[in-house]
Amino acid sequence: MSMPFYVSPEQVMADKAEYARKGIARGKSSIVLECDTGILLMAENSSTLSKIGEIYDRVAFAGVGKFSEFDQLRKLGIRYADMKGYTYSRDDVRCRALANAYSQAVGDAFTQQLKPLEVEIAVVEVGDASLAGHENNAIYRVQFDGSISDHTGYCVIGGASEDLSEFLRGDYRPDLPLGEALGLGKTALGRVADGEPSIENQNLEVCVLERERTGRKFVRLNSDRIEELLGS
Amino acid sequence: MRFAGTYQGSSFVELLELDHKHLRPDWAKMTRNFDPASIPHGTTVMGFKYADGVVIAGDRLATVGHRVASRDMEKVYPTDDYSLIAIAGAAGPAIEMARLMRIELEHYEKIEGEPLELEGKANKLSQMVRQNMPAALQGFGVVPLFAGYDNRRNVGRLWGYDMTGGRYEETDYEATGSGGLYAAESLKKSHKLDASRSEALAMAVQALVDAADEDRATGGPDIVRGIYPIIDFCTRKGIERAPSNEIDRVFRGIVADRTSRNGGAS
Repeated sequence: MSMPFYVSPEQVMADKAEYARKGIARGKSSIVLECDTGILLMAENSSTLSKIGEIYDRVAFAGVGKFSEFDQLRKLGIRYADMKGYTYSRDDVRCRALANAYSQAVGDAFTQQLKPLEVEIAVVEVGDASLAGHENNAIYRVQFDGSISDHTGYCVIGGASEDLSEFLRGDYRPDLPLGEALGLGKTALGRVADGEPSIENQNLEVCVLERERTGRKFVRLNSDRIEELLGS
Repeated sequence: MRFAGTYQGSSFVELLELDHKHLRPDWAKMTRNFDPASIPHGTTVMGFKYADGVVIAGDRLATVGHRVASRDMEKVYPTDDYSLIAIAGAAGPAIEMARLMRIELEHYEKIEGEPLELEGKANKLSQMVRQNMPAALQGFGVVPLFAGYDNRRNVGRLWGYDMTGGRYEETDYEATGSGGLYAAESLKKSHKLDASRSEALAMAVQALVDAADEDRATGGPDIVRGIYPIIDFCTRKGIERAPSNEIDRVFRGIVADRTSRNGGAS
């Protein structure tokens, strides 16, 4: 029987973090933007495999990094939300609790598994003006080590998230019309798209949580609608 | 509530069975001395095809034995934008089945990224009815109808079931519940596949009036309390519920007609 070499816990964590960061940095960013009609989620994505998904009536998900890993998290979120809505009521399914559950699960994987998850996710909830205490939007970001943060206005995950956040900090305004928010997001994503100056509209994956819709508020915009909104 | 369970698939019902077993009743353990007649039962529901799609309708009465349990129970539930379930039998398990069906379809759509085919939905319901078989044997049977608009084939479709989960696609009409036989007999005389919306509404109200006339557990339109049957139209545009005032007008027309014939139907 061979003796394993001693590696300090600090070193283990640092190695895992570096591994995860590298994996995530290879991919592209996704952006969440609050706008006048709800919350916009967008990603540069030329494949048919979605990075953005519906979780529940007012809750949506965006993931970056390794597809198989964040898609598994998306499915876990849907199971969690549907089970909670079935056990209690539809209004009891809230974004904060889900984001916390994600934080726990991703954090546990980071400390307990040999290979950390190479993912970063955003979980968002659009407010409902007719429900007291549920009026406000919520945006949470969960990183590869389980660290969780909440955001107002906009949030960028994956890729060059710091550069893009910096850019949005300058140009974002509250209550942007949907079309303008989409244009802003497209410009931001284009800044770091592999050195390319801009992104083709057909390579955008865009979903919206529409505040005024009844029931399930998640809508996936088709390419015609994206063209129309971008006015190009 | 557990976050990550063992189930990996796209069915909510299977998720319940596997990871949340405590939420599912074990019918096999229930006493056989329990009297099924002591819980509310839903009575008459029916469905038929017409020119634009399919109609699903149900009365509003729930009974416990010979007593009225509820005068305004709903037995017709949209399961998504293009499909509906109508339920008859033990009210508790029936309403639960309708609710589960709705969650099941939404859950599948979210996990997989696209909805089930209409036939796939009908087949799923068949499995849910079959799973309820142990309960049915103890008197808590649920016999649903399922209908929807098939957007791929541009046609309204309708399915009837039996307690074993048998699934039968109907070509014209189907009715179930205690007054179902009378509703079906009524539709047998009146049904037309190419009926317009207003003709379809008249057929539905007439069949419910006939069922209520013969079956004491079926409620006709309750004009004193303003409670009307539920009649839903499912077409390529989605689901539309007939407004009460429209049903009221048709009902009063039928009453006037039958009064002039000393109770006879035309």
